[in-house]
Amino acid sequence: MIDPVTLAVLKGRLEQIADEMDAVLFRSAFNPIIAEAHDASHGLYHAQSGETLVQGKSGLPIFVGAMSFAVQAVIRKTKRDGDLAEGDVYIFNDPYDGGTHLSDFRLVQPFYRNGEVFCYLASVGHWHDVGGNVPGNYNPVATESFQEGMLIPPVKLFRKGELQQDVVDILKANTRLPGSLYGDLNGQINALGLGIRRMNDLLDEYGDQTVADALGELRNRAAKLMAANISELPDGTYSAEDWLDNDGIKDEPLKIALDLTISGDRMVLDFSRSSDACAGPVNISRSTAVASIYVATKHLFTEVPANAGVLEPIEVIIPEASLLNVKAPKPVGGYTETILRIIDVLFCALADVAPDRVNGCAYGTINALSLAGHRKDGSRWVMFSFFGGGHGGHPEGDGLNHGNAPISTATIPPAEILEAAYPVMFTQWALRPDSGGAGRHRGGLGAIYEIELLEEQADVFLFGERGKFAPPGVVGGQPAALNKFTFEQNDGMHTPPMKSKMVGISLSKGQRVHLETPGGGGYGLPTDRQAEAVSRDVCLGFVSREHAKTQYGVVLDAAGAVDDAKTEQHRKALQA
Amino acid sequence: MNDGNPRYVIGVDVGGTFTDVFFLDETSGRCEVAKVPSTFGDQSIGFIEGIRQKVENFAEVATVVHGTTVGTNALLERKGAKTGIITTAGFRDALEMRRRDRPNTWGLWGQFEPVVPRNLRLEVAERVLADGTIHIPVNPEDVKAAARDLLSQGVESVCVVFINAYANAENEQLALQALREVWPNDYVGASTDILPEIREFERTSTTTLNAYLQPVVASYLQKLEDALHHDGFAGQVLIVQSNGGVMSVDTARRLPVRTALSGPAAGVIASAYIAEQAGFPNIISCDMGGTSFDVSLVADSQSALAAQANIDFGLTVRTPMIEITTIGAGGGSIAWVDSGGLLQVGPESAGSNPGPVCYGLGNDRPTVTDANVVLGRINADKPIGGNLDRLDVERAKAAIEKQVANPLGLDVMAGAEAIIRVANSKMAGAIRLVSIERGNDPKNFAAMPFGGGGALHTGALIKEVGLESALVPRFPGINSALGCTIADMRHDFVQTINGTLDSLDINHLSSQLSVLAENGLELLERAEITFKRSDILFELDMSYMGQTHTVDVPLPVTYENKNTGIDVETIRTAFEQRYNEVYGRPLEGIAIRVMNLRVSVIGRRPKFDLALLAPDGKITLEQAQTGTRQVWFEDAFHETRIYDRLPLSVGTRIAGPAILEQPDTTIWIEPDLAGEVDRFGNLVISRK
Repeated sequence: MIDPVTLAVLKGRLEQIADEMDAVLFRSAFNPIIAEAHDASHGLYHAQSGETLVQGKSGLPIFVGAMSFAVQAVIRKTKRDGDLAEGDVYIFNDPYDGGTHLSDFRLVQPFYRNGEVFCYLASVGHWHDVGGNVPGNYNPVATESFQEGMLIPPVKLFRKGELQQDVVDILKANTRLPGSLYGDLNGQINALGLGIRRMNDLLDEYGDQTVADALGELRNRAAKLMAANISELPDGTYSAEDWLDNDGIKDEPLKIALDLTISGDRMVLDFSRSSDACAGPVNISRSTAVASIYVATKHLFTEVPANAGVLEPIEVIIPEASLLNVKAPKPVGGYTETILRIIDVLFCALADVAPDRVNGCAYGTINALSLAGHRKDGSRWVMFSFFGGGHGGHPEGDGLNHGNAPISTATIPPAEILEAAYPVMFTQWALRPDSGGAGRHRGGLGAIYEIELLEEQADVFLFGERGKFAPPGVVGGQPAALNKFTFEQNDGMHTPPMKSKMVGISLSKGQRVHLETPGGGGYGLPTDRQAEAVSRDVCLGFVSREHAKTQYGVVLDAAGAVDDAKTEQHRKALQA
Repeated sequence: MNDGNPRYVIGVDVGGTFTDVFFLDETSGRCEVAKVPSTFGDQSIGFIEGIRQKVENFAEVATVVHGTTVGTNALLERKGAKTGIITTAGFRDALEMRRRDRPNTWGLWGQFEPVVPRNLRLEVAERVLADGTIHIPVNPEDVKAAARDLLSQGVESVCVVFINAYANAENEQLALQALREVWPNDYVGASTDILPEIREFERTSTTTLNAYLQPVVASYLQKLEDALHHDGFAGQVLIVQSNGGVMSVDTARRLPVRTALSGPAAGVIASAYIAEQAGFPNIISCDMGGTSFDVSLVADSQSALAAQANIDFGLTVRTPMIEITTIGAGGGSIAWVDSGGLLQVGPESAGSNPGPVCYGLGNDRPTVTDANVVLGRINADKPIGGNLDRLDVERAKAAIEKQVANPLGLDVMAGAEAIIRVANSKMAGAIRLVSIERGNDPKNFAAMPFGGGGALHTGALIKEVGLESALVPRFPGINSALGCTIADMRHDFVQTINGTLDSLDINHLSSQLSVLAENGLELLERAEITFKRSDILFELDMSYMGQTHTVDVPLPVTYENKNTGIDVETIRTAFEQRYNEVYGRPLEGIAIRVMNLRVSVIGRRPKFDLALLAPDGKITLEQAQTGTRQVWFEDAFHETRIYDRLPLSVGTRIAGPAILEQPDTTIWIEPDLAGEVDRFGNLVISRK
């Protein structure tokens, strides 16, 4: 057995390899979704099972969970074809077979030592445009994946080290932005090349067997640590439900329900009471559902290492008919919204038994907004970005204002970068008052973004959620504000019929779109919040006087100081 | 000799525990060092006290060069001035919204408190578009009204940050003028004067932190100058910047944000110079203190510069800084076994108070220093720093046994060794990060340990990372103070261009470069100190169209007759060459973008001869031996020779295993390594 000290050393070395692959792609990528938002990930995977062995610290959390399914898809393919060779690199984006949605392209490469596969290296990145009906690929009215973009099954991008230009040509012919695609593809190839070099160095130094032993042992330890964490929770079944606004086609809410059972050191997550598959693009595949469970688990138990061992003590039940277990060609483009809801129900289900682990739910929608049109010189432009919101209040304090989604570590491009690249002007980029859920620890604030078009015409697309069901608070905390989107037409501002989903609305020069994102849910009873903290929130403009009174029971005098007598009276009334 | 002629150049580094002073007497050619406790509340007291250790008459001091942590501490402890921001309508929250990040990848419990609260961030109607067009002109009366509002709330320092001001500074400068008319002091600034570069959060943050620091740093510098002048000083005071160059006190008052990494930068500058003189152009400086291990890469005697750094979560400073990678692995870093049974070292630290278990001041969790004490590598009877009489070995042993060795199923000595191995591996990781990961082969580099603990670990680092050797400077404990005395004067400028290479007005670009170069030269002239020569570096930040990250492209041009002589083809070739170096794959058929231009103007200060530091005696190795001690290595205690380091003569060779002691550090030479004293008194450690 490997000694504990070498193990600790190798853990750091292996993580560093994955980190370094991330860094190369972030720096060399063309599209801001990878370069600025870090919507990418790299790791090492088991040679036979495809299980996650090691992940970088900077990769996108949801990919960290999903990548092993991608490698498993490639392993199945190589078994069918029987022609795996050193120097091969597979590429694909099939969301039903190890992918997430069509925008995420995966490159998977076997790493050979002495003629045998030692492990797989993989790279995934969110490409800017992969065809389909909507620039940027968030098509809120898709009923089949064919309307969302091109679908590439696992094929060889490199054969024995030789680039297959045919494949590159096919990819470039199926995007609105071939230059961006070509640049990102090259970045991912560079990242894999670097990973192979670093792995060879490491194995030369420590010996193949030692490293293999370390990988096995790290997995065992993650499983052990996770089991230890679960066994600290009291046995029983705990449930939570949350809702998606609609599927973009039919305006009916969709239920995500979780019955979570703890028994000893095992945890069963049963999603059977959730809605069936829907017509629109908020379905997800089972592998994506499992990946999001992995993300939620890591947010709850931060000390557990990032590898497949985390999931070992966890059983997941999802019926075949569920919207969390769909097959081709059911549309899955909006997968981000559904997996955010899975994370929310996990937090809510555990809130009562592990109040010191959870936090109020984060804003819960990525708001993929794109504006697209043509410049005067005829060239096409597509501005596509995700927007931020508040994080939930937590045991240690108020939620973070304007954070990134729990499934991601993405940063937002600066307004100046967007304005320099596209014919738009932001008229507001601000925190949104009263958007954080009330609580002993208030939810963080969401944001207000308002954008004015500077060119003659553009089409607007939005893919969001939380327009009807707000991010919940926990342990007595209140929900945050709803997501709110409006767009300007000649006769004034409008709200889309599906609230936060909208396709192809035409905007003219000078017209604006206005997005107000949710904050995070509160933590603990609002009446337990220190009155002075509420007074400060009002002074800063985070909370209105009205909210201070109705939500927190805090009454302020004209100067903004707490009126103790009236506050006590109001709080009593609220608690009653 | 006490004739009052200015003859001293003095470097002063004020650290968390000690104020270090390095004296260079330019007349006699002698060097001296002093170390006094830092004074909290008012660092200038310790500062003056330190100088007084060796110089009585301050009229004899020609130049004082200062590496300061006043700015850094004010940022970390949020103790800057009450500051206000006046900004474009719709954007007052840019500072607080950051780039929509969070502190940790895993776990959602982050918080962020901006240095300027929301009620002190006011908006005025004005707008510039990305192409520089003025969409809404600014009304100076609005600015004055906002300023009066801030003043009524007790704001001391204020800045103006307008959206897209990098593309056209007119509105911002008009606002600044209006502001000056009503503001009662000099603490007013505009973002385009601090950082005329695209990206509103980074520009807002840098400008705001500058305003936040201005009153604090200015009053500190005033106190310093007053105290020096009171004692007869009539020379120049220079301040070390984060970029490793010095600036005048006037510039420091205007741009205090450039002192964010002042202290650590001076240490790297010293390392680069000492190593170059000793024949090591490529080194990795390793500063090991109580809580952290800071590494920085020097290639071809040039320090690597980073474009920006976060002083803390959300506290972004974007000015060129010596690239220093910090990890939580210092002497006080705590070793623990996690619930999965894996040994971890840091990032939690016992600091200097209560400090390691062996200090006996109340901490009972074992640290890296405790492991070194138990292994016999640190002398328990002669602790560094001089505050304690002896270190408690038994207590350290018990802590390691209970909290590390037992859970891992090891005996106590193996447990102590395991702590060192894991700590070494973390440090090696940091070195790899700055070398291998940036495409530098460690075989071509030497480690340069300084700070209190670095030299205990360098041997292991040489072996684990595959470095060529290690160079232990003669005075590792005062490296930063020494660095102050040799740092060049440096002024960096940036301006966003944001255009394609093919559409570039090359004459305009050339004149922009020339204007900034002249501004820099003027600052050198105004400083009234002697330079050997001045160098001007021109650089462009470039990318392929569509990429948002740029590569830095040095331009191969010389500045003559106020002209750069730059042309488009030179720029194109330089970009393609640089892109290949960085990413290995050129791209075809994609337009090239020039994002920013950068100009650095460097006034080279004369350097002193390091041979002045060399030992002059003829002491033999045997004479320098102070005894032996039981030191644990290769699974057993060995009787190991201990030497007094400083008297060792030039050319002396010390074969490992051996321990060298000096007042401010301990050097551990492992059994398969050997050290040799070079002609400057440095110790070069390499494989036998």
